[in-house]
Amino acid sequence: MRRRVVLVQLAAPCALVVAVALLGTLVSRSSEGYFVDSLVKVSIVVALYVFIGNSGVLSFGHVSFVALGAWTAGVLSVPTAEKPAIMPNLAHFLRSTTVGNVPSLLLAALAGGVVALVVGLALMRLSGLAAGIATFGVLEITHNMLRYYEKIGPGLNTFSSVPETTGLLQASVGALVAIGVAFAYQRSRFGRMLRATREDAPAASAVGISVYRQRLGAFVVSGVLAGLAGGLYVHLLPVNTESLYLDLTFVTLAMLVVGGASSLWGAVVGALAVSALDSFLAQAENGVKVLGATLDLPAGTRLVVVGVLMALVLILRPSGLTGGREFPLPRRRRA
Amino acid sequence: MLGVLNVDWKTLADALALGAVYALMAVGIGLVFGVLRLVNFAYGQLVMAGAYALAFASQWNWPGWAGILLCFAIVLTLSLVMDRLVFRPLRTQSPAVMLVATFAVAFLLQSIALLWFGPLGKIASSLAPLNRPVTISGVDIRKIAIVAVIVAALCLLALQLLLTRTTVGLQMRAAAMDFRTARMLGVRANRVIGGAVLISGALAAVVAIMLTVQTPLVTPDFALRDTIVVLAGVVLGGLNRPVPATLGGFAIGFASGLLGGALPTTQSQYLPSILFAAVILVLLVRPNGLFTRDRESLERV
Repeated sequence: MRRRVVLVQLAAPCALVVAVALLGTLVSRSSEGYFVDSLVKVSIVVALYVFIGNSGVLSFGHVSFVALGAWTAGVLSVPTAEKPAIMPNLAHFLRSTTVGNVPSLLLAALAGGVVALVVGLALMRLSGLAAGIATFGVLEITHNMLRYYEKIGPGLNTFSSVPETTGLLQASVGALVAIGVAFAYQRSRFGRMLRATREDAPAASAVGISVYRQRLGAFVVSGVLAGLAGGLYVHLLPVNTESLYLDLTFVTLAMLVVGGASSLWGAVVGALAVSALDSFLAQAENGVKVLGATLDLPAGTRLVVVGVLMALVLILRPSGLTGGREFPLPRRRRA
Repeated sequence: MLGVLNVDWKTLADALALGAVYALMAVGIGLVFGVLRLVNFAYGQLVMAGAYALAFASQWNWPGWAGILLCFAIVLTLSLVMDRLVFRPLRTQSPAVMLVATFAVAFLLQSIALLWFGPLGKIASSLAPLNRPVTISGVDIRKIAIVAVIVAALCLLALQLLLTRTTVGLQMRAAAMDFRTARMLGVRANRVIGGAVLISGALAAVVAIMLTVQTPLVTPDFALRDTIVVLAGVVLGGLNRPVPATLGGFAIGFASGLLGGALPTTQSQYLPSILFAAVILVLLVRPNGLFTRDRESLERV
């Protein structure tokens, strides 16, 4: 019986992702982009969840791993002939190296993980507000370096000419991989130890759990997933430093909080629900027909609505839409 | 010393002024944190709202004092609304939830400004004469630098008197030390919190005036980056006590002004990296803040 419950907890978010992907094949070519984008957002939010959800420590810095993943995959995927045009100051080694789609994604994940390890070794000693501000510092530093250090990327330019391989298939596979890793992690003894520190850090360390080590482990796993998601993102659309900065941090955090930060189901539901709302509003900003009437919202309504939604959820229901629980079975509810 | 760093007197004055403005922001954030245990990420958006008020006042050709009045009215109203709609329902939540919530409010206000006023920005020019330099013994110093330092000093002095010499100030300090005991002893929670929010709002209005003189172009993300830097400075100094928080704000503003003026452009573009790397390093050595003496925990039970 328990085994079935466990499998449903994994299957429910996966089924949701597959359903969204299948739905994406039915719609027009122009709307398909929204579905792919929402699936990439699922990967990012699941990456956030692995650390924030399991540890209960806030991080504003994960988008920097997404950005590093995007930079790694992007630099290595732009065809050699086109590199001088968008990245004139690229380091010699990077100028002559190009790898395929899958290797670029793996290297993006590796980059995210390695940097998360280095950053985490220092940052995981902090807790509470100091940790929140320090992760913000990481985001600022990454954004600043990627923006001006042109030996490793396009700097202020946009990452054009990256092969657009992230379609529905690649995005959904990426999201499924992220969900699988997150699920395996939270079921493992490391995940359980970290969750124990989330509930009661003094008690957890009293039974011999190293809060520092467990947090570091989750930070690296989520760094790997964030790097992978960044790779997927750069293969989806031409990104630049501004699209991987505060707005993305805000939107992905909103998704996690709206869904419910302390469960994988919440992360996936939140990412998809906020994406759906966001896509609808994006359409509405260009004018859309709803029930016969034309809805034409002014540009910029999206962030306002998402901001209101996030604030409302935090005030009225701080544990999120799902209440921070995994997918509930109809009859055998777990206490 | 100054010669080695390639700093002239003008840069030094500007750095002092930036430090003074950041110190005021740090006090505004620290006061609310003291009574509510809430880090107000949306503080910069209060400043932004005040800056828009000044911009509109100068667009309508209002005299300078009317614009300043409007700025105060808008910022104070917005502070009270924010307290009533956001801070009050969140009082029982953990600091992390409150930080995320104010992060959301910050983005909300910024997007509303984007929606209403557009991305291009407006010019607040009615106080522009303050931006002209005066010559003091052969050195050109912008008037605003002097005004900012004096105004900041006066604000801090007034606040110090308020906190130490009045009943409300005493209650505020008591609430910051131990809110529950203070309430048991008859301190009215809403009054103290309302007082802190109002003072913090008034400081935001002062900051808005100072910043619009230095940067007259008001955009929706006005003061956003300043808030992030000040927050880092406040945590760097030590959030728990007002004086270390103020010192932290001043230190980071002064350092950023000094480095920004002294470094050549090829290096000063990395200023945020240098600044935040320094902040992280300091936090690793002293997680509770640079200017705190005792080792008390940031998270109270």
